[in-house]
Amino acid sequence: MKAPPFEWHRPATLAEAVASLAAVAPQDGRVLAGGQSLLPAMALRVARPPHLVDINGIAELGELRVEDNALRIGALVRHAAFHRPVAHGPLGALMAGVVRHIAHWPIRTRGSFGGSLCHADPASEWPLVAVVLGATMQAVSLRGDRLIDGPAFLRGPLETALAPDEILRAVTLPLLPADAHWGFEEVARRAGDFAQAMALVVLRMDAIGRVAEARIGIGGVEAVPRRLAAVEALVNGRLPSATLVEEAGRAAAAACDPMEDAPYRRALVRAVVSRALASAAMPQALAA
Amino acid sequence: MSDVLHRVRMTVNARAATIAVEARRTLAEALREDLGLTGTHLGCEHGVCGACTVLMDGAPVRACLVLAVQAEGAAIRTVEGLAAPDGTLHPLQQAFADHHALQCGYCTPGFLMLAMAMLEENPAMEEAEMVERLSSNLCRCTGYAGILAAVRSVMRR
Repeated sequence: MKAPPFEWHRPATLAEAVASLAAVAPQDGRVLAGGQSLLPAMALRVARPPHLVDINGIAELGELRVEDNALRIGALVRHAAFHRPVAHGPLGALMAGVVRHIAHWPIRTRGSFGGSLCHADPASEWPLVAVVLGATMQAVSLRGDRLIDGPAFLRGPLETALAPDEILRAVTLPLLPADAHWGFEEVARRAGDFAQAMALVVLRMDAIGRVAEARIGIGGVEAVPRRLAAVEALVNGRLPSATLVEEAGRAAAAACDPMEDAPYRRALVRAVVSRALASAAMPQALAA
Repeated sequence: MSDVLHRVRMTVNARAATIAVEARRTLAEALREDLGLTGTHLGCEHGVCGACTVLMDGAPVRACLVLAVQAEGAAIRTVEGLAAPDGTLHPLQQAFADHHALQCGYCTPGFLMLAMAMLEENPAMEEAEMVERLSSNLCRCTGYAGILAAVRSVMRR
């Protein structure tokens, strides 16, 4: 198998990349980041971009830092960078937990955080993290920079709010407070496969152990990952219990609208939401 | 023009190599076809099987999902670089033989390079971590238990 011929552009700076993409975007030119989805699609000839703007030589896009109480992730930071916590507190631990579900190690050394968001596969993990944690995307083009929030960025399966001439520059995730607890659960047929269903739950508790703020999102089921407001409302103000975990799972199954295999996917949603909620609530349960 | 040839300079198993390739040439094809290093095997050619795993600047990568032009300036290591110049097998290769970690051998170069990267990252890796890392590659002779035993035996040294 061989990709169709294409013209390869290798800008050394972001400014050059933006100019290069602006020139080739009208002819369906694309950005090449880690290439772990685009290159197989080209090998299978599902994608045939005549131009690739390869951003792997741009150092700025690989930067990862904490500033203003947020984690700023350059678009080309590789998945493998998250194997060890990249930030103190729950956020670094959450991302180190989630990254183990993304493909396999030799894919994670090349595939990038920003590339995963731009590819917008409904079954990939970082888009769910972005939506649940309130990520902000920074896009750049010849027209300048603009900020796009997580839900607005993800438009549908393999579709984002980026214009053809825009490059994702960085993603900002607010740090989680030290008392936040999280749970992530995924069902995939084999280790490293795309999720058939996944859930991310982040909780903060009040002084007597009730849920003060719940964020509950699902991915891999609908066209884009999404927070389930009805389930969050059900959980807020309640003491974690086996009953609550069961109720939340059932409510999530009822609230979702699967793209395919609806009865099965609903059953999976019920399971992953219940498990992720139980996992997030566990430290309080043990302390009680 | 999209069929223009690009010059790529890299080191492969510590030797300088210069090739001229089309942009669409994968690193795996370049190693096999341009450099004659056919130890790197191509199985699925779309990133699923891991037979083509090589080390790029120390990190394991799918050589079918890296363009050869992207290896400019990189240090590549392949299965041909494991044994000593006199042919003495690397301890990892010897362990694969000792623990029956290969049957047909097609996946072996990829598993060896994956395991080399594991050894170099953490020579005292926990068993669960070894299993997670080794799940990256496929062996259709179903030799995983032998592969794990071979890697474990080298880890313990």
